[in-house]
Amino acid sequence: MAVEFEVNEREVWDGNYAASQALRQADVDVVVAYPITPSTPIVENYGAYVGNGYIDGEFIMVESEHAAMSGCIGASAAGGRVSTATSSQGFALMVEVLYQASGMRLPIVLNVVNRALAAPLNVRGDHADMYLGRDSGWLQMSAFNAQEAYDLALCAFKIAENHSVRLPMMVHQDGFITSHTAQNVYPLSNEAAKKFVGVMNPVDDMLDFSRPVTYGAQTEEDWHFEHKAKQHKAIMDSASVIDSVFAEFKELTGREYNRVETYDMEDAEVCVIGLGSTVESARVAAKEMRKEGVKAGVVAMRVFRPFPYEEVREALKGCKSIAVTDRSSPGGAMGAFYNEVAAAMMTSQSRPLVTNYIYGLGGRDLSIENIKTIFREQQANADAGYITTDIQQFTNLRGPKLGFFKTERN
Amino acid sequence: MTEIRWHSRAGQGAVSGAKGLGDVVATTGKEVQAFALYGSAKRGAALRAYNRIDDEQIFDHAKFMRPDYVLVIDPALALTDDITMNDKETTKYIITSHLSKDEVIASIPALQDKTDRVYVVDCVQISLDTIRRSMPNSPMLGAFCKISGMFELDYFLENMKRVLSKFPQKIIDANMEAITRAYNEVK
Repeated sequence: MAVEFEVNEREVWDGNYAASQALRQADVDVVVAYPITPSTPIVENYGAYVGNGYIDGEFIMVESEHAAMSGCIGASAAGGRVSTATSSQGFALMVEVLYQASGMRLPIVLNVVNRALAAPLNVRGDHADMYLGRDSGWLQMSAFNAQEAYDLALCAFKIAENHSVRLPMMVHQDGFITSHTAQNVYPLSNEAAKKFVGVMNPVDDMLDFSRPVTYGAQTEEDWHFEHKAKQHKAIMDSASVIDSVFAEFKELTGREYNRVETYDMEDAEVCVIGLGSTVESARVAAKEMRKEGVKAGVVAMRVFRPFPYEEVREALKGCKSIAVTDRSSPGGAMGAFYNEVAAAMMTSQSRPLVTNYIYGLGGRDLSIENIKTIFREQQANADAGYITTDIQQFTNLRGPKLGFFKTERN
Repeated sequence: MTEIRWHSRAGQGAVSGAKGLGDVVATTGKEVQAFALYGSAKRGAALRAYNRIDDEQIFDHAKFMRPDYVLVIDPALALTDDITMNDKETTKYIITSHLSKDEVIASIPALQDKTDRVYVVDCVQISLDTIRRSMPNSPMLGAFCKISGMFELDYFLENMKRVLSKFPQKIIDANMEAITRAYNEVK
């Protein structure tokens, strides 16, 4: 029997500690881990909770992230509640097995503490790893601060393990900016958290010897397509489960989450859309722009997969010019996030101006002033009726201004 | 919003100091942020830690800040680091040094027009006397307590005992003494 770990109503936790507390309260059975900066404390703390008797779980150390996710797959297929954490290169090494986990419909929760991908080597936060996982068949949620890293980790188990979902889920938080920033966190009591997450009720668990099942069977052109289509549909359909889990969470805590979050958007004409900690800084910038008479708002992606096209359209429908912020090196194209928002808005009635800002790579700071400049450029676009800048720009980059693509005009 | 920037070397406890301060401030019902900026952490490397304190939830996640307080817990960094960077006309400086206040000010050109906002305390010596090793973070918290007027000393000590509760009693007592001494000795 596990020893009771005392939590106060108000704690000062960083994002890593908050996520590890969620794993403890969710009674995770197995964590298979190969630690990597900046996500290390999540699995390290879980290991300590096991070692100190605060949780009846198993902490398995392995030789690589590839093995870590492979172990998670085994434990999850066996019928356990399973989680781990990773970042950056570790995430990249996991990618091959991420597809196995989602294809086998295993409800693993992966805490991803976002960090840049080398080279050059960099331990700080950007979203290169997150976008690397965008087609992997996992559900993806974004936490903007430590409180949310905790809240969403609890929600993730409930969403992933729902029998109409049965998909693995990632909870993203920004490396260092969220993972290593201590702030006020208001956790649930152990009992309330346990009750909210509920008991894991596995489907087709391999340890049920009365009903043998196969995982990871081969299908060629006869059935592979149908399997993947079914998986895609399950991801799309998970939206309603996510909504209901968020609603239940709100009832319990008063904290409201939506697949697309909107701030000051009621009458907004220009907006910044983003995810991660940047969203909160952008909220500060929008409030300041409003004092200057600019009708500025912020839209944020709480859920990145399934991508909420309709909710994005709805949130942005009154906007004249939109800045889509990508914290990832686009590698020869527009930013990945831009492409999705632009696709949503291209098929909307309003067809607003959509611009792309690459920012914050490798942890480069994004100040409130930087974001205000982005808002001012959107206002100039809205006034002119066309995109007055390059469509893609780099924000707070040293050296000469860098931008690409212009609007085609007669 | 109150913003604080710590100048320190890795191993001197600025990150723990910033988090400990955040912990105590949160008990007063305020919202806090504590974070640090360092490269690959090697003991002795210069680093900066930060606090934000406000009555409402803090949304600004930028590293950029215009600090209300600058806490320097390494004596040499006061001379070599840009401690007045992005400061305000009201920014207060608390500097660890074995030198007198006049000597510290005389040796740092950037402080010449801010002499009425500079405070000096020897956190290194205080920690050597009490904690028995160079750990200038705790004494700096005592000095900050006095200069900011944010807490009564007794209130701060009580809450720091809770923050340090995982340590042996001897270490807790030594830290309490260090905080108290710096509170009384900062000039």
